[in-house]
Amino acid sequence: MHLPEGRRAGPSRMNILHYWRAMWGIIGRELWRFVTQRERFISALVRPLVWLFVFAAGFRATLGLAITPPYETYILYEVYITPGLCGMIQLFNGMQSSLSMVYDREMGSMRILMVCPLPRWFLLLSKLLAGTAVSILQVYVFLAIAWFYDIKAPWQGYLWVLPALMLAGLMLGALGLLLSSFIKQLENFAGVMNFVIFPMFFMSTALYPLWKLKESSALLYNLAKYDPFSQAIELIRFALYGQFNQPAFIYTLAAFIVFMTAAIIGYNPSKGMMSKKGGG
Amino acid sequence: MKKYGSSLFLALVLAGAVHAETVFVTLEKDNALAVVDPIEGKLIKTVPVGQRPRGIAISPDNKFLYIATSDDNAIKIIDAETLKEIGKLPSGDDPETFALNPAGDRLYVSNEDDSLVTVIDLARKKAVKQIKVGVEPEGITVSSDNRWLISASETTNMVHWIDTKTNAIVENTLVDPRPRAAGFTADSQQLWITSEMAGTLMILDAKTKQIIKTIRFEVSGVTADKIQPVGVVIDKGRGRGYVALGPANRVAVLNAQTFEVEKYLLVGQRVWNLAFSPDQKRLYTTNGVSNDISIIDLESQTVTKSVGVGTYPWGVAVKP
Repeated sequence: MHLPEGRRAGPSRMNILHYWRAMWGIIGRELWRFVTQRERFISALVRPLVWLFVFAAGFRATLGLAITPPYETYILYEVYITPGLCGMIQLFNGMQSSLSMVYDREMGSMRILMVCPLPRWFLLLSKLLAGTAVSILQVYVFLAIAWFYDIKAPWQGYLWVLPALMLAGLMLGALGLLLSSFIKQLENFAGVMNFVIFPMFFMSTALYPLWKLKESSALLYNLAKYDPFSQAIELIRFALYGQFNQPAFIYTLAAFIVFMTAAIIGYNPSKGMMSKKGGG
Repeated sequence: MKKYGSSLFLALVLAGAVHAETVFVTLEKDNALAVVDPIEGKLIKTVPVGQRPRGIAISPDNKFLYIATSDDNAIKIIDAETLKEIGKLPSGDDPETFALNPAGDRLYVSNEDDSLVTVIDLARKKAVKQIKVGVEPEGITVSSDNRWLISASETTNMVHWIDTKTNAIVENTLVDPRPRAAGFTADSQQLWITSEMAGTLMILDAKTKQIIKTIRFEVSGVTADKIQPVGVVIDKGRGRGYVALGPANRVAVLNAQTFEVEKYLLVGQRVWNLAFSPDQKRLYTTNGVSNDISIIDLESQTVTKSVGVGTYPWGVAVKP
């Protein structure tokens, strides 16, 4: 069904143009879809805002007993939780993309994309970049609302956070891609929520700092510490305050490479899960 | 070019060194004085000063620090450069709070246990008078025009207006329970007094000596019993006033014209006393339970940093 790599390539200049067109086609489609679907835009914002205005408000005074980097003074809980909610937006976005890929596969549009005469990894990466671009857009809108709620980072932080959001978005998107290669039917997505999203979110530094978790359980502390979602959040948190968290960067990058490689293998019809499922 | 560059750098460093101010913090439990560079946000050193140091003030010429060492029953005079003790003042028993007059030649000490205010002549280092006041005098201040000495009695719930010329009480004003700290506006027209128990700030008119406004503090998410206003300062232009709210861990920011509370800033635990930087661009708070001081940037009205200093930071004074 698929042509060998060598036969796909035409003249090399034409090839780059192809790649370029395909990538922007995919990203453009995703952004357009996002902007035009107002409900999706609003619902993507409502979730973190409910956490910020309702959940965090109830726990306002819980932190403020110890100062941990990158913070230099006492902070309210809503200030702490904000980078975690940026991560949450990206986590859900990554999962949403994976959901839409399962849908695309069921509807057959994935087949059309996959038979396009460009390498599979490139198509998947373009899909991933498209999803990440959408999530970054959502995060910035969320940060703007938080700013009016008096949750303000130094202005440089809003620039530094962009590369951090890119990497975090790619990593979480790659995880979504990987999962979507495993999911046979749309109905199985509930399982993903229960077994992936919730544990990943609650066992992370999104809602509570590591030192707080350490107080309750060493196991929980270790699970949270090595949760790639925690590392992505810490990368975002430090970047938002103009600091570079190297260990978090390395960990997130490594997680991205692992998830992406596995997803590419997963989408390979001869090796991966696709052949067993008969989808695609 | 390189030479110019390096000398420019040197000039900048020197300029920085000239402008850098020093924050002195008394550490009640460590029996020491913490020296902090607030620009760098670092504790430079800690030096022993005597038993249970609390109240602190710097002389108008910035040469001497006066520190009430309560368990030594004395007020110590410390050289602000070398930080060596150069003398002692006869303060009476257990001195905690005191006030320096604007000229820097008189020092007034609250003697809580004896219901007295001791007047000290700084040139002679002698107590020249003891003024009988209400029970448990605590808050004490002198107006910037040197007309009034104010002593607030915690148990009598009274503010005593003492004429600095005669050292006699001219009038008393009843205030909310447990008045703690007092501060005059720079124009000496208003006296601001905090009440620890009622959780209020009272504004008194210096002419009529009556309360013209009472402000009650309410912080969302903090129970009323934790709101115990203590230290109070007002900026030179009477633009804003700041009140430390004790165990509420907040500093209230007030518009000094309308007396509206604009903001509550989160600082360390049990915030006690406040001091401005000489240019009034920053405010320093001592946080007794969390053992640190918080630095507030007054332009952006944000807490920029909290710096650990030692056990039970109490009073704060700033040297330019």
